[in-house]
Amino acid sequence: MRLVVDLNRCQGYAQCAFLAPEVFTMHGDEALMYDPRADEAQREHVLRAAAACPVKAIIVEAEDGAATAGRAGASHVA
Amino acid sequence: MSLDGSLEKFRREGRIVVVGASLAGLRAAETLREEGFAGTLTMIGDEPYEPYDRPPLSKQVLLGRVPADHTALPPRRALDAQWRLGVAATGLDVAQKRVQLADGDAVEYDRLLITTGVRARPWPHELEADLDGVFVLRTTDDAAQLHRRLSAGPRRVLVIGAGFTGSEIASACRERGLEVTVAERGAAPLVGALGGVVGEVAANMQREAGVDLRCGVTVTGLEGDPAGRLRCAHLSDGSTVEAEVAVVCLGATRNTEWLASSGLGAGPRGIACDAGCRAFDVRGIVTDDVFVAGDVARSPHPLFGYQFLSLEHWGNAIAQAETAAHNMISASSDRRPHIWTPSFWSAQFGVNIKSVGVPPMADEIMVVQGSLAERRFTAVYGHQGRVIAAVTFDQAKWLEFYQQQIERAAPFPPEFGTVDRRPEEAHPVPAEFPDPSLPSHGPTVTLSGHSPIDRRISFTPLHA
Repeated sequence: MRLVVDLNRCQGYAQCAFLAPEVFTMHGDEALMYDPRADEAQREHVLRAAAACPVKAIIVEAEDGAATAGRAGASHVA
Repeated sequence: MSLDGSLEKFRREGRIVVVGASLAGLRAAETLREEGFAGTLTMIGDEPYEPYDRPPLSKQVLLGRVPADHTALPPRRALDAQWRLGVAATGLDVAQKRVQLADGDAVEYDRLLITTGVRARPWPHELEADLDGVFVLRTTDDAAQLHRRLSAGPRRVLVIGAGFTGSEIASACRERGLEVTVAERGAAPLVGALGGVVGEVAANMQREAGVDLRCGVTVTGLEGDPAGRLRCAHLSDGSTVEAEVAVVCLGATRNTEWLASSGLGAGPRGIACDAGCRAFDVRGIVTDDVFVAGDVARSPHPLFGYQFLSLEHWGNAIAQAETAAHNMISASSDRRPHIWTPSFWSAQFGVNIKSVGVPPMADEIMVVQGSLAERRFTAVYGHQGRVIAAVTFDQAKWLEFYQQQIERAAPFPPEFGTVDRRPEEAHPVPAEFPDPSLPSHGPTVTLSGHSPIDRRISFTPLHA
């Protein structure tokens, strides 16, 4: 499963690193590193992490490979 | 037929071609479909891969935590597009509305979006650049090759240029236990993007991590052994660095050559477009059917004196692509401007660096929270008495507040109180940006003036 994190949004709350430690790890106090193509077995953990992210920075590919969960990264144009 | 009628027809059965199949191209295509474009969509990309994410290439991938081919971007929706991957666009005929392709084919469009981005600026001496062991880092192939070479355990890696990419590579090398020398033309790493005050923090970070950092020098030549493998580099201070790997991190160059005879206002600074993402032609007249987004675009920004900004930023690629796509299929009264506030991040030496606004425009800097010495701080940049940018080291949570200050043109020095302010550092000092007329690896934000047809600049590496 493919995913991407909008690191402009990410503020290092580290919720994802607790909920899906195989996919998301903190690098130092605040920087996030993640596997953009996580193992399918991690899907439940990744979805939980995406849902728990306080700034909704995690975009996850849906199971059918088409639509996705978040709209992170959308522009903030008024 | 009324104009409204023709717009409806275009949205129903028109032809849109997107040249450039990376982050901006993908997000634009998704937005077109999201907003109801039902016509033909063609995606053209010179790389043979589906759109992938580049930021991990200099971080997770070099560290060996993630394979280089793991960064394909998750699609937000089904696209129903025709993909022409591995084929570069080589020419554009605006009058005939036709894109020429490298394989001899041509694709016709009703509206065109250009998202061809940038490429790594190569080492200027071709023979030296061809030496085994000399790399650049921009694409997934670059990252795979560099990772393979780093895994072989070279005795020393030379990083040429300490901008963000160079600094991240140096960080990854140290984390892997590799000896690394960084040669930077400026007074400190990141100096072009963040100025000398923050640059000094970055320099200390590198040295403490064991980087052999050499500032104020240029690499004058790369020397190979008889087998054509890199052996050493000569520096402008007369010294020699023995290295088996050199990574050339001299910034990026914009992919506009294919537009040279198109009549568009395209040059080394990118393709000039209006705030609605419509490309200018060389006469300074805005085109109706050619749109631009992402790293290759430069567009006027009201927050920054309507200067044309070139932004090599991940977030800009998405925001501008979404605006361009929206405008491509909207009536002119429904169009919206691209007024995204520049933002980017970098992770290096275990520190999360984030920036908002346009730091290189600043005269002064002030540490408003935390401390430079602790490498955990928020610094605000001022230009003519207003807040123009802010940078955090491991204090990302405060950045949004400062973004609001920038967007409101709040006064500088800031008049409000903040938590964790240290009186000894909290006063404005010169931000120490290098003279922008001197060549360097360049900041990731470029203020490129107002002319839509600026073709004057050329990059000339300095040699001693």
